Amino acid sequence: MAPLVDVGDLSFRYGTHQPWVLRSVSLSVPRGAAVGIVGESGSGKSTLIRVLCGLLTATAGAVTYAGRDIGDWLARHPRQFRRDNQLVFQSPASSLDPRMRVRRSVAEPVRALERRRVADDELASWLTLVGLDPSVLDRYPHQLSGGQLQRVAIARSLSVNPGVLYADEPTSALDVSVQAQVLNLLMDLRARLGLTLVMVSHDLAVVSRVCEQIVVMRGGAIVEAGPTAAVMHNPAAEYTRALVDAARAVSLAASRSAS
Amino acid sequence: MHSRARRRWPVQLTVGAALVGVFVALGLVSLVWTPYDVESLDVAARLAPPGTDGHLLGTDRLGRDVLTQIMVGARNSLLVAVVSTTAALVPGVLVGLMTAASGRAVRETLSRATDVALALPGILIALVLATALGPGNATTMIAITAWFVPVMARVTIGPARQILAREFVEAARAGGRGTWFILMRHVLPNIGPVIIVQTSLLFASAILIEAALSYLGVGAQRPTTSWGMVFNEAQAVVGEAPSLVLIPGVIMVVTVLGFNLLGDGLRAVLDPRQTTKAVT
Repeated sequence: MAPLVDVGDLSFRYGTHQPWVLRSVSLSVPRGAAVGIVGESGSGKSTLIRVLCGLLTATAGAVTYAGRDIGDWLARHPRQFRRDNQLVFQSPASSLDPRMRVRRSVAEPVRALERRRVADDELASWLTLVGLDPSVLDRYPHQLSGGQLQRVAIARSLSVNPGVLYADEPTSALDVSVQAQVLNLLMDLRARLGLTLVMVSHDLAVVSRVCEQIVVMRGGAIVEAGPTAAVMHNPAAEYTRALVDAARAVSLAASRSAS
Repeated sequence: MHSRARRRWPVQLTVGAALVGVFVALGLVSLVWTPYDVESLDVAARLAPPGTDGHLLGTDRLGRDVLTQIMVGARNSLLVAVVSTTAALVPGVLVGLMTAASGRAVRETLSRATDVALALPGILIALVLATALGPGNATTMIAITAWFVPVMARVTIGPARQILAREFVEAARAGGRGTWFILMRHVLPNIGPVIIVQTSLLFASAILIEAALSYLGVGAQRPTTSWGMVFNEAQAVVGEAPSLVLIPGVIMVVTVLGFNLLGDGLRAVLDPRQTTKAVT
């Protein structure tokens, strides 16, 4: 089966005289899969998903969505492409306009991409889907907790029934207990809605819990990619081994301190 | 459990609105009523002190009623300040927003152009304009507007760029919104408090500049009057009648203070983070 998202020899830099942020990246995301992209800060993982969802334009290489080049999508059917490719950001507090009530923020993608007004019942159903009480519709972002804000951001992304949900470190700005809730929510939504999920994180443990495929990046290039079990138990690259060891050490320390 | 906090009006808003309200009322009432005609002379009562029967704030050296001069002067200041600040606000903010949203080359060019415009001496330009166009309120308004456009643009650029770098703007792009929508619906409301405060400060500045230009003789011309004109005509008799300088001076200071307090109060009221809070 053809992949939903296919990336071939993708390179990216912010300007002609700027250093390369992505170097010859190639990967495929099958429809319905959950792919995790891990790497340290500056490895290019956040830039990669911004290119994949059309917020940045590739400097070289090809990116296709559903078999068609995303440049072609954005030129001919920008609203359909945006609707199909939604992004959840790292900082929920920063990704919602502080001057817009939740009602307006959640309705925004539908208003922009489907050109229609959104009834309160519909807004309430999205909030319920992500485990929030519809009463938060009238709140401003500063009146909600970090976990609630990230749920609102997820509801906003889901409101247009995307084909792919990109999540850029969706739990890194949250408390540990809330991180688990948001990860569970993402797994649950994926199962219920049949979403294709591409999740970026610097935390291998987080990605391995949610995704069945892992892509390891360093310095703008992919150092290893494969099924989660294979990457976690038989890492081929030295860098991946270091990441796996670090994740195990953190996990061990956490379980010791818990006991 | 969440509840919306009860809205509290800041003290500075109340005081500022009251002071500005008095200024606006003085100007508006002068449209339909003044104690005397603005040009009416009572030579027998010239230089009458404040509290004189029939002349609450006294008279000037030609016997004109000072309260009447102050009321008509307030109307003139109000007109010039409203027209020139509003005329500068729209293009200034638009230039600032467009500059902030432009690519680096355009942004740098427009920013430096704004800096150059800001470096020009406003009063001297007003005097040159008065020479070219002739003195009067129209010249004053054009000069103040030309002065304020780059100020407003400069004040807008920095905060707008900060907002454009926030993730909710990226989220709006991912949600299919274009640059114009993002500027109008995300950036402008978020920099609104800055613009409101700046507008109130510019409003106060416009009153002072109008008075200064009228004092120099290139602003309002008889038969209308201006607070600066009252100042100018009082300087010859300031030893005999200091109240002729003190009264318009105090009124000008209080009016400017009122606008500054109003801007500060509005900033607090218009920020939802300060008017509503989470109750857990």
